[in-house]
Parts: sequence; structure tokens; C-alpha cells
Amino acid sequence: MSEAREQILAGIRKSLGRGKLEGAAAEAVEARLKGHERILVPKRSDGDQAHKIGLFVEMAEGVSCTVDRLESLESVPERLADYLRRENLPARIKQSPALEDTVIPWDKAPALEITSGAAVNEDAVGLTPAHAGIAETGTLMLHSSAETPTSLHFVPDTHVVLLRESQIVGAYEDAWDMLRQKLGLEPGASVPRTVNLVTGPSRTGDVEQIIQLGAHGPRRLHIMLVKD
Amino acid sequence: MQTTSHNFKQNARDALTDVQLQKALSKMRPGFQQKRADAVAKLPEFEDLRDRGRDIKNHVLENLDFYLERFESNVIANGGQVHWCRNSEEARQTIMEICRSVDAKTVTKGKSMVAEEIGLNEYLEEHGVEPIETDLGEYIIQLRDEPPSHIIAPAIHVNKEQVVEAFRKKHTDLPPDRPLEEVGDITDEARTQLRPKFFAADVGITGANFLIAETGQTVIVTNEGNGDLTQTLGKAHVVVASLEKIVPTLEDASCILRLLARSATGQEFSVYTTFSSGPRRETDLDGPASFHVVLIDNGRSAMLGTEYQDMLRCIRCSACMNHCPVYAAVGGHAYGWVYPGPMGAVLTPSLIGIDEAGHLPNASTFCGRCEQVCPMRIPLPKMMRHYRAKEFTENKTTSQVRAGLGLWSYFAKRPWLYRQSTKLGAVLLHALGGKRGRIAKLPLASGWTSVRDMPAPEGRTFQQLYKMSGHGKKGDAR
Repeated sequence: MSEAREQILAGIRKSLGRGKLEGAAAEAVEARLKGHERILVPKRSDGDQAHKIGLFVEMAEGVSCTVDRLESLESVPERLADYLRRENLPARIKQSPALEDTVIPWDKAPALEITSGAAVNEDAVGLTPAHAGIAETGTLMLHSSAETPTSLHFVPDTHVVLLRESQIVGAYEDAWDMLRQKLGLEPGASVPRTVNLVTGPSRTGDVEQIIQLGAHGPRRLHIMLVKD
Repeated sequence: MQTTSHNFKQNARDALTDVQLQKALSKMRPGFQQKRADAVAKLPEFEDLRDRGRDIKNHVLENLDFYLERFESNVIANGGQVHWCRNSEEARQTIMEICRSVDAKTVTKGKSMVAEEIGLNEYLEEHGVEPIETDLGEYIIQLRDEPPSHIIAPAIHVNKEQVVEAFRKKHTDLPPDRPLEEVGDITDEARTQLRPKFFAADVGITGANFLIAETGQTVIVTNEGNGDLTQTLGKAHVVVASLEKIVPTLEDASCILRLLARSATGQEFSVYTTFSSGPRRETDLDGPASFHVVLIDNGRSAMLGTEYQDMLRCIRCSACMNHCPVYAAVGGHAYGWVYPGPMGAVLTPSLIGIDEAGHLPNASTFCGRCEQVCPMRIPLPKMMRHYRAKEFTENKTTSQVRAGLGLWSYFAKRPWLYRQSTKLGAVLLHALGGKRGRIAKLPLASGWTSVRDMPAPEGRTFQQLYKMSGHGKKGDAR
């Protein structure tokens, strides 16, 4: 290992007035790492699923998301076509390959042109699934995989997210637990390359602190929230 | 980065008469403070979260070597690399080597204060690599060729008209008569200019708000999405981070994240909080082919175990400077280095020395608002006081200040004399105030009275009034 590495570590130990952590001290720190103990979770998201869904929608709309609530996947094509028309957006959609396996009757909206893959600069509308919706701040958790490229979350002007009501959890920690479970993660095992927590469309306040939507990422974040 | 901290007094004087700067600063004051107060009011657990956040960071600092080694082994397990750098020079060279390894022509950058600290942009330019700042504020100041003046709002000293001027001057490929009056026009123009650069860049460099030991993830917190385009579209992702950014677990990060945005911009949560680990996986459809964490010490390990260790809890939210009357009066550039405001007044002398930055801990009224709002409960005034004491014992204060302190301590050590002379002083000043109760001129205090009148005392000393109020009697436990 590099000389710099050894010197930095030795410097830290010297400043702390001890050697390398060993024995009980090391075990205590190790146990803290493995324990995944929650530090303090605000009470605002406590409650039944209906409360969490309500809070999620309220918080998401509070940060300029639009939320469309759907009875089933059946109505996704028509409602999405409506949305695009209303916002005067092109009917061309780049979706995450993961959604190819989702049964959506696209033939109900024949005007929509759907392709799958990672985003290129010409893509105006991206459609992706999400791993979870987090009620406490109206936040989406999305992650990379072979079927869910990260570029779709940032490159298109409009990001449409398909979320099921059962995917809504209360706190960030709940979403992390769900991710560990989904991927069968052991602490230290390989996590996805990228996990995005997304709370509203892109914004900036860098010119005189005037909030402007659509800085570099999506100008619009549209959540299609589907009943299970 | 070049420093002018030693020149703080002149910098501050210039800042006070800089019309553009004063205009920009006047817009800043109400916004940040009110937004933070509103966000805090909406979360009843906020004060408890501050205690817990402080405890997490204290625990990390006590076990920093352990967590850094664990972080490193998890980065490697995810296919990335960690480069340990003792100082700015090692960090710059390391980053340059990574750029060479992918034959880089251009580099996109997310906002990073530690990249400013190591003077990365100048170094890359000198070595033939073009750095492109992509955060709107950083982009503006790059066009204007100046350093950031605030740690989360780097262009806060710039007015809209000055932004328009810079855009018109530098974006020469666009029609000169295009409309550019609205903030929306400016944002759109920056977006259109930068978009192709994200796709063309060979390397994307970001900072890190957190490094997570448990998973080997690095975390950035942004609002614009520029950091994500930077780190997703480049061939290599380089994360520049100082070593105190470590937290043990995702649960610890979640706790501190609840404090960060609320303290910074008053948002409940920032728009994008992104966790990155390693390069793109074999089957991933996008993402960088390599992942490097450049881990920088630059004087921090030497702060451990000293009276300045608490400063390493700082999460760079900027609440302290947003609430600081001195920052509000002179802005960030006057501080002369990367970190302005109260956090800079402690961190700067810790990192570059008291000889260069000794003025900064003196640039405080000790009103205490910085500590009041610091999410990590860093005792900033106490540490500034340590520096003032150090400056005094090392005989680095001016003879004028030493004479004044000597005179004061002569009286302070003689209670009877002190009481008598303050009584006399209070009566005299009261008389001097006349009917208006204000004093327009005072010997030795013309610097103060030349721009304002001093309210005259009412004729009694604090000690007399305290006694009269019935407080402080024997048996009163307070």
C-alpha cells in the first residue's frame, strides 16, 4: 500500500493518541456497523399505508412534481398520452428496458412511440420504474441495473415515473431496508453503481436566489401512482 | 488556491464600498434565514436530530482510521480505487494521472469545495485539460474568472445584470440581440451550452458530501442535476473528498441528510441525493468505466485530538455564514481563501496557519448565531476565541490591541477600582449624551462614531442595576 496511505493512517492514530483499533474497541465499532441501527426517524410518516400514500403525494406536489393517480396499469397509455398532449410534449418515449416486462397495453394509445434503452440527448421523455416512494419528503428512490439505466433519470426534459402504491414507505431507512432485501445484500456486498434519491424536478437558485426549475436535469417530474 | 486572508482588513474595507457586492448581499440576507427557520419549524425532531448528528460525527472522528480502511476495502470490492493524498500537490497529480490514463481533453465538474482547496482547475489547465464547471453558480464564476464566495451559492456576490454581461461576452456563437433578461432565459442558455459538454467529457469530477464506510458509496447532494450528468456520462468518475466526510452506515447518512438541506437552503430535502459505488457493472447500460476516490488529508488529521477537532464535524451546509452579520457585510471573497464565514474563520487558520489567516477568527462579533444554527453543534465562537488567545500568547496581536487589553486587565483585576471607574464613566457618558441620549464623538473611537452615534448609558453601571433589581443576592442560586 502507498506511503501516503500509511502516513495518513499513522497520523490519525498519533493525533488520537492510540494505535490501530483492536480487541473489544474494534468489535464495538464492527458491531455498530453491522447493526444498521436507525438513529432517529421523524414521526411524520408514522401511520397506515393510506397515511403514507397521502403524505407522499402531498410532499411530492409540494416540490413541483405532478402526480396522476391510476386505478390500474390498464389506463397508463391513455393517461400518459393525455399528459404529454396537455404539456405540449412529443409522443416519443424512451423507457427503461425493465418496463418491457410490465404488462402495459400500449396499443390503447397507438400514437405513442416507445423505445427502450439508455438515454441519448435527443430523448425528450423518459419513462422509468422506481424502487420506492418515500413519504417523509415525497422522494423517489431509483437505482441502476442492467434494465434501469441512470441516464434516463437525468437526460430527458421530462421524467415520468411509474410507481405502485405498495412501493410507498415512510422513511429513507425503510427504502434502504427494502433495497437490501430486494438485492439480497449483505453489508459490504456489491450495491448498485448508482442509487438516486429524487425529490422534484431539477432546480437552481444560483441567480439572485430566484428558484428556477429545469437547471440541468428534468424540467418536469410526473409520477403515475398506480393502485396495486 | 491563492490566498489573500492576511489582507482581510483591506479586503473588508473594499467590500464595504463595492456597490455591486452590497446590492447582491442585500438580496441574500432574508432568503436563507427565513427558509431555514420555516423548514426547522416543520420538523419537531430537528433539535434532537442535531444532537444525534453531532454524536455520529464525534464517533466517526474517534474511529476515523477504522472507518477509512473499511470504506477503502468496500470501494475496491465494488471495482473502484482509492487514492490517498497527504496534500494538494499529491491530489492534483493523482487526478492528472487519471485524466492522462483516459487521454482526457475535457473534464466536467460538479461543485466541490475541496477541488477549490487544492487548486484543481488551474492545474488541469496548465497541463492541457479543460475543466468545465457545470453547477450554474460555478459556471458563472468560471466565466467571470473568479473564485466562489459562498460554499453552496458560489455566485451569490453576482447580480443578474453581471451574469447577463458575462454570458453575452463569452457565448459568442449566439445572436447578440437575444433576450436574456429573465432568470429562465439565463438558466436555459447555460443548459443549452453545457449539455453537449456533458456528453463529450472524458472525465467527470464530483465532490462528496458523505463517504459511507459500510458500502463504499460516495454521496453528492445537489439541486440542478449537473453532478449526476457529470458522473454518469463521463468515461471515468473521479470523486474528490476530504477524509472527514466518512459516516458509518446508510442509517447514519439518513440522519445527517435530514439536517443538511434544511440547514442549507431550507428545503425539506435536496432534489438529488446520489449514492455512487464503483464503475458501471458489466451489464449496466450506462455509467463510467472507472471509479476513483481521491481521499485528501491536507492538514485534517493533525486537527484530531486538538481543540479544533470539532470543526471536522462540519457538513458544509453554510448555515453559519447565512446567519453571520460579518459575512453579510463583507461577503465571502474578503475572507481570502476557499472557506468564508464563521466555519472559514476556524477552518482556514487550521489548514493554512495562523500567520496567514490570523485575522479571520477576529472577524466576529461573537453574537453566537453561527453556533445557534450549526446542525452539527460546532462551538464556532469558542474555537475562534482559542485562536485569538493563541495569537495573543504567540505575540502576534498588534501593539495597539495589546495595550488596550493591558489597560482593561489592570482594572478588571482590581474590582474596587473597576467599579469606581465604570461608575464614573457611566455618569460622564450619560452627561455627554445630553438630552438626545446619543454621543456623536468620542476620543479614540472615531472609527466607530464617524458613521453612527453611540447611545449614551443611562447613568448607572450594569452592576448597579443588577443589584437594584434584587438579583444576585445571597441565597439566589442562579
